Amino acid sequence: MTLRGRTAIVGVAEHRPTRYTEGATTLGMLADVAMRAIADAGLEPAEVDGLLTASFAEAPFMAPATVVEYMGLDVHYSGVVDLGGATGAGMVARAAAAITAGLCETVVCTTATRRERRTTGGQRSSASSGFAGRRVDRTPESEFETPFGAIGANYGYAMIANRYRHEYGVTAEQLAKIAVAQRYNACHNPDALFFGQPISVEDVLQSPMIVDPLHLLEIVMPVAGAAAVVVTSAKKAKKLKQRPVYLLGAGEHTTHRSITYAPSLTDTAIRAAADAAFAMAGVRRKDIALASLYDCYTITVLLTLEDAGFAKKGQGGAFVESHNLQFDGDFPLNPHGGQLSFGQAGIAGGMSHVTEAARQLMGRAQGRQVRKCDLAFVNGNGGIMSEQVSLILGRDN
Amino acid sequence: MTEPSPATPYGKPLPDPNPVTRPFWDAAREHRLRLQRSRKTGTYIHYPRAVSPFGADDELTWEDVSGRGHVWSYTVARRATAPQFEADVPYVIAIVELEEGPHMTANIIGCDPDTVRVGLPVEAAFVDVTPEVTLVQFRPRTAPAE
Repeated sequence: MTLRGRTAIVGVAEHRPTRYTEGATTLGMLADVAMRAIADAGLEPAEVDGLLTASFAEAPFMAPATVVEYMGLDVHYSGVVDLGGATGAGMVARAAAAITAGLCETVVCTTATRRERRTTGGQRSSASSGFAGRRVDRTPESEFETPFGAIGANYGYAMIANRYRHEYGVTAEQLAKIAVAQRYNACHNPDALFFGQPISVEDVLQSPMIVDPLHLLEIVMPVAGAAAVVVTSAKKAKKLKQRPVYLLGAGEHTTHRSITYAPSLTDTAIRAAADAAFAMAGVRRKDIALASLYDCYTITVLLTLEDAGFAKKGQGGAFVESHNLQFDGDFPLNPHGGQLSFGQAGIAGGMSHVTEAARQLMGRAQGRQVRKCDLAFVNGNGGIMSEQVSLILGRDN
Repeated sequence: MTEPSPATPYGKPLPDPNPVTRPFWDAAREHRLRLQRSRKTGTYIHYPRAVSPFGADDELTWEDVSGRGHVWSYTVARRATAPQFEADVPYVIAIVELEEGPHMTANIIGCDPDTVRVGLPVEAAFVDVTPEVTLVQFRPRTAPAE
């Protein structure tokens, strides 16, 4: 049984990224953005019979029931999706599988991250979905990574970039161009965190070196935010308010959590996920009108372009150099600004690649609308090049 | 790395070994690198596990290994990756590929961070950070490999 064309995204909603929230609860944000997505689809909450939520610190157990109760839903299918930055894309694939299998018909998928200002104790109170910074003793990570300062994600992507430079080579200018193109896009998106703040390659290269070889402007800014989509059957989708965005292909691949144990630093799990998604959809790389690629760092985008099959292995730098990656260019990439310039709202940042692709395919992207946008490739990336989920979304099924 | 003393307690995160991982840390305290090895496949494994990735019919045994390897990749942290590491900036975080195969994350110590490269031959350097805990770090190997 294939998922091709069986389901569609019919509603999207997103909270504008902000540096901080004041007193908001993750639960409240999850429910609010989910309700807005349901309304966007032209549905009543009573028509929703499935819910997928990201994990969140306020409800370490039974998170789905917590959100269902808060929203007053009545569902036949619910669950937590815990795939780091790939959670949003993974939710769409799981919702499609549940609907196609007949377990339910309409699933709301919701993600949110709140972020409080620093408290007097010097500790930031951050209860995000998944990126909560909870430290559980006796994990392999706390025993074999943390004692060496291998903490957070910056260092891991820096190691990937250094290995890539060693094996294939890429210039700092080529990597910087990715950040610059996405900032151009963000300057056409009033909801983006960095709207109105264009940058140049020079600006990126002159920004402080954080972890060799990654500069500050190649690294995402953590923000608060929320994003949700509604997935329903193709049959129901045709009767609703928005133009349906059909799920045509989905693929997933995970081999490790810590980058220490990745089989390769440069040939990533994205390859198998993307190949599966393209095989299911039966479309070619050159048919893709929009690439919505998880972009926690510039190097992430470079490796995704290669491993998803848009550029030859080792040719990512040359690809970036020879293409215009702006929303109005010949290879439109992350028209909302990407997380690099839209902001990374934890798990909701990953979902922003799904919401943006859906808005573009619905023709609702206003000042940053990609021309002739009929087919999109979405990639979600969790952890340090760990969980990978690829989706192909299209206007026609 | 400064010698720990009661006046300057070690302020960085420490491992919390469990019965499965304890032999690794016990060996490190004796300045030996000891890893699990699959009886079924001969493959060395790191980190220590309660069960073999090669199946429930496999058995994991403990063996001393050479402590030699090379830098698989690395980064130089120009900003601390956590507040406890601020005094160490700039420091090298690396993944070392051991001669026996497994990968380990550690710091490369005893050299100028700017001299670290992918492929740099390294050897284990045992750093006693507290009376109970010895971290397995790596430093450049002076003699060529083999």
